[in-house]
Amino acid sequence: MMWGHSAMLRNNPAALIEAAQAEPLDARAKLLRRLVLRGIIGGGRGHVGPALSMIEIFRVLYDDILTVRPDEPEWPDRDRCILSKGHGCLALYAILADKGFFPLEELDTFCRTGSRLGGHPELGKVPGVEASTGALGHGLSIGLGMAIAMRMQKRTSRVFVVMGDGEINEGAVWEAAMTASKHRLSNLTAVIDCNGLQSYGATTEVLDLEPLADKWAAFGFDIIEVNGHDTTALRNAFAARSDAGKPRAVICRTIKGKGLPDAENNADWHHKSKLSEAELAMVAESLGAG
Amino acid sequence: MRRTCVNMVYELAKRDERVVFIGSDLGAGLLDDMKAEMPDRFFMEGICEQNMIGMAAGMAQEGYIPYVNTIATFMTRRCFEQVAVDVCLQNLPVRLIANGGGLVYAPLGPTHTAVDDISLMRSLPGMTVVAPVDAEEMRRFMAQTVEHPHPMYIRLGKGGDPVVSADAPAFEIGRAIAHRDGADVLIVSTGVMTERALRTADLLAKKGIGCGVLHMHTVKPIDTAQLIDGAGKVALLVTLEEHNKVGGLGSAVCDALDEHAAGVRPDVLRLALPDAYPEDYGSQDSLLEHYGLQPPAVAASIAARLSR
Repeated sequence: MMWGHSAMLRNNPAALIEAAQAEPLDARAKLLRRLVLRGIIGGGRGHVGPALSMIEIFRVLYDDILTVRPDEPEWPDRDRCILSKGHGCLALYAILADKGFFPLEELDTFCRTGSRLGGHPELGKVPGVEASTGALGHGLSIGLGMAIAMRMQKRTSRVFVVMGDGEINEGAVWEAAMTASKHRLSNLTAVIDCNGLQSYGATTEVLDLEPLADKWAAFGFDIIEVNGHDTTALRNAFAARSDAGKPRAVICRTIKGKGLPDAENNADWHHKSKLSEAELAMVAESLGAG
Repeated sequence: MRRTCVNMVYELAKRDERVVFIGSDLGAGLLDDMKAEMPDRFFMEGICEQNMIGMAAGMAQEGYIPYVNTIATFMTRRCFEQVAVDVCLQNLPVRLIANGGGLVYAPLGPTHTAVDDISLMRSLPGMTVVAPVDAEEMRRFMAQTVEHPHPMYIRLGKGGDPVVSADAPAFEIGRAIAHRDGADVLIVSTGVMTERALRTADLLAKKGIGCGVLHMHTVKPIDTAQLIDGAGKVALLVTLEEHNKVGGLGSAVCDALDEHAAGVRPDVLRLALPDAYPEDYGSQDSLLEHYGLQPPAVAASIAARLSR
């Protein structure tokens, strides 16, 4: 069975987190992380940890899964990918720039006056951004509206909505989950970046979400739970539509700040203003210079 | 007015396949004919209003024109962030049909009386706010909503409201309707209060006071030209609304006068609900009377102000 590996680990988040921690970074993983840091350094601020936990999620989506046209971002038959946890936007900006939706140099303008790249992504400003997000808990509702529309228009486009684990504290997410299930939206995939930390601290302490897979399953989703830095596992999880007439939830166990040793699992790196010389040296050592 | 409004959604849906209806958990049987004829464009999504607004935004992004219907207080208070971010920030043609504007739900208490909806909605950039006076006007107005390219808030009355708009000129979103002229005072009103304004003008006429009525069905964008023109002809301008005095029609009128008619504005009397949650039950009419917003009290307030 294709999902055997994931299914086996479905109820063992601890093992997936351990695997996520141990997952090595290849050259592309480091390149995309350097692009995130380019934005942080350019803007003198940004959400570091929440972006770095999602790099593999976006890498796999844009390298292997989504059918999109960087030179025609509003192509009607494209797949839609909404970043609902908008504060992690540098991960999205990095992959969009890498794919050619806009020039890489624009990452240097992050959050600056006159830039298109704000601290939360905005529809209509940034090519490739599918919704204005930043207020948490909105993306899944918008995404299910799109998924219904795709079905009505008889398009085969899929809709992915990437959320954070802290984000799904929001009640509106669970309203959307019930609705997606009601409409049997097998063209909709909810991707949950479970990095285990929200702004104040551990999600288990602030507002415990576990058992998370059981929750999504109870809300009518087809569940796959993976190591969110394992590109093969992510590719398998995203590749096929749910065949059970259900929306899918891919629960990605990730490491907040993945790739920067000092930032990993460190709530202090949720958001950073200016990086110190020592921090810049740590970034260069961890990710290379280019 | 309420039934006319939702029935018009069905009519519009027959003419334009982009039109969809999304309700929360509305009355049994609502739009059964639409549901039967076009089930893929009729949605009843349950008591999850925030999700309903986001869903409408997502569909609007893909080319649909969603008409969303729930109770006004839930639409505006509960869903404010979804309306602001998903609909207005993204400037999408979502229509919010709000049941029970003002004091319609008086017997149900303050959780259901929408006395702050206009204030909340007109504070949102890009939002158009419309409160028709009766079912006939609702029909004329709804026919124009499909092509309006921006978000829209539609405030509904109770239903069975007296029809006073039949002889009014053709409806145009954003263009106020001058129902009558008067030399001494001009009442600017919106929604069903225009019917009370007309009765007030009759009462004042008997006292020899010439009272005009300007029906500001579209509170945002407000018709500045007709407002300024009317204000320049009278000594007293009265705003009359079924809404908290903070942020509603009176505020919108004074904002426009301050911005466009500084130095020449007449005396302004703002008649509205107090800045408080309604403290009694009863009926829409009984609460309006309690707060001095029925025609005899309005006429008395105006006469007193003029003789000051």
